[in-house]
Amino acid sequence: MFMRKVLVLTALAFPAAAAEAPHLGQPITEADIAPWAIDIAPDGRGLPAGSGNAAKGEEIYVEKCAACHGFDGAGQPADALAGGQGSLGTAKAVKTIGSFWPYATIIFDYTRRAMPLNNPQTLTNDEVYALTAYILKLNGIIGAKDVMNAKSLPRVKMPNRDGFVQIWPGNLK
Amino acid sequence: MAKRKQPGTDLEPVAGNGLLHRRMFLRGGAVAGVLGAASLAQAEPLAVPEWVTKPGKRPQPYTQPSPFEQGVQRMLPDQNPLYEPGSASGRTPHQFLEGMVTPNGLHFEVTHNGVPEIDPARHLLVIHGLVKRPLKFTVDSLLRYPMTSRLHFIECAGNSASLYGSTAVKGSVQQLHGLLSGAEWTGVPLSVLLDEAGIDPKAKWVYAEGGDASSVTRSIPLAKCMDDVLVALYQNGERLRPNNGYPVRLLVPGFQGNMNIKWLRRLRLTEEPMQTRYETSRYSLLLADGKTAQFKFQLDAKSIITRPSPGYQMQGPGLYEISGLAWSGNGTVKQVEVSADGGKSWAVAALSGPVLPKMLTRFRAPWKWDGGPAVLQSRVTDDTGYVQPTRDALIAARGNKANYHYNGMTSWNVAGGGEVTHVYA
Ligand code: HEC
Repeated sequence: MFMRKVLVLTALAFPAAAAEAPHLGQPITEADIAPWAIDIAPDGRGLPAGSGNAAKGEEIYVEKCAACHGFDGAGQPADALAGGQGSLGTAKAVKTIGSFWPYATIIFDYTRRAMPLNNPQTLTNDEVYALTAYILKLNGIIGAKDVMNAKSLPRVKMPNRDGFVQIWPGNLK
Repeated sequence: MAKRKQPGTDLEPVAGNGLLHRRMFLRGGAVAGVLGAASLAQAEPLAVPEWVTKPGKRPQPYTQPSPFEQGVQRMLPDQNPLYEPGSASGRTPHQFLEGMVTPNGLHFEVTHNGVPEIDPARHLLVIHGLVKRPLKFTVDSLLRYPMTSRLHFIECAGNSASLYGSTAVKGSVQQLHGLLSGAEWTGVPLSVLLDEAGIDPKAKWVYAEGGDASSVTRSIPLAKCMDDVLVALYQNGERLRPNNGYPVRLLVPGFQGNMNIKWLRRLRLTEEPMQTRYETSRYSLLLADGKTAQFKFQLDAKSIITRPSPGYQMQGPGLYEISGLAWSGNGTVKQVEVSADGGKSWAVAALSGPVLPKMLTRFRAPWKWDGGPAVLQSRVTDDTGYVQPTRDALIAARGNKANYHYNGMTSWNVAGGGEVTHVYA
């Protein structure tokens, strides 16, 4: 009798066991999630149809980005989007997309979801491809004529691609 | 029977420059005897204040701090108005706070494009990707799950970043270390919701997305999510503050603050981390040789003295309490030591319980200031045996470009006149 009481109390103290959960999640299809699921994996999964090049990207950049990121991605008041290559091992390290970012797909993912800061998620996919091409060209990573699309973008190798060392599941102390 | 020391004998120093045994605070009588002595001589009739002779105010539906505490505010960044709101923060004023829990109105925040005003009736949490059944949850449905309450700190990985710099910024503890708070969080263990969706054995990571205008995204190891991550709905007993993620946020105990995704709206289970902007461009540590340490998630053990701290004016020689906070993202605070001579000698501080894993622990040490110069420091040891490093040791190990995860010691200089400032020592 006493034992049974103890067991019941223990069960109540840890009410989180899955079997006791009320199961209130409602089924939803991946197709219905799609408007939210705009994430791009580094291998390119999730990249939409569309394309753009640096010349088109520069036009959009001057209109929608330069006020915050400076002309030619020089920065001020917000982050510089170019420069700093070769500086990471020096005392004056400059971290930018060109010098630091390991994958080109991040430019597409982040710009589409979060930029321009005052109007996020208003750019078309073609515009985001063109802006991505322009930023890569500013950093000397692709040529002025190169077209960015779902195929070509994941193939771009960023200069600092091999600079990242994964710590987890270890720790750096 | 144990031999009791006479009152007063505990005032013998246990470390240099006036640090006394922590036992002094555990034994009230001795302290009262010593502190009370100074106030005997005065003779002046007491005034009767008007709040004793006039009725007070009626109760309010939601109370506010006393108007006399108006100076206790979060510190906001003086950021460029050109791109307001952009990335912004509110820092906790630890110099004015005591105990281990941060009041909700003073909890720190970092936001990347403003605080969204989310209607909970229109908010959803979606779980999909490598699961058997993609699911969506309304906020009302989450509120019906069995709840778990736990106390945890949250610390921004960029907290204390200025201490990597070559000159000691003359800031307050709030300015230097204010991206840190502790609270009681109540919600649903994430493992319960993931189990309900059915985890595909291929899944190794959980990609979490916030529902604000910057859609912050982070990849979190699935093993961590199944261990102690909460889908939090309440903060110190009331529903989350909008600044802290209303109506629903992730609580990822001991890991970088940025991973505790606020305004949580989507979780995708994946095989590999997603390499988001916030785990590449930000929150990765650039090391001396130019390599970058990525996915260093755990906030290692750290401690700060909150009183006295810069801005505090010592009021002449005598007995003071050194009070501070210690915490570890890897476990529980085991011991805190305090130095008044810049690390030459150390006294063990008293821990003011409860001492909880991945939560702030308040420590205290009695100090008899002789009115001369002193350098105050604290160092914590956690239950993994890890000892908080000096600033020099931390920088020797990882360089000064890391920007994140500064957990070296902090030094407060107490000048002869009683002014307290931040120094490197
Ligand atoms: C109103 C100002 C503003 C405008 C306009 C703007 N940005 Fe930004 N951008 C910011 C701010 C501020 C950040 C940093 C946000 C943060 O860290 O939370 C940022 C960050 C970025 C980053 C990440 C930089 C890094 O190093 O991590 C990229 C890429 C970017 N913006 C691209 C763009 C593009 C492309 C446009 C034009 C479509 C644009 N931005 C328009 C303010 C702006």
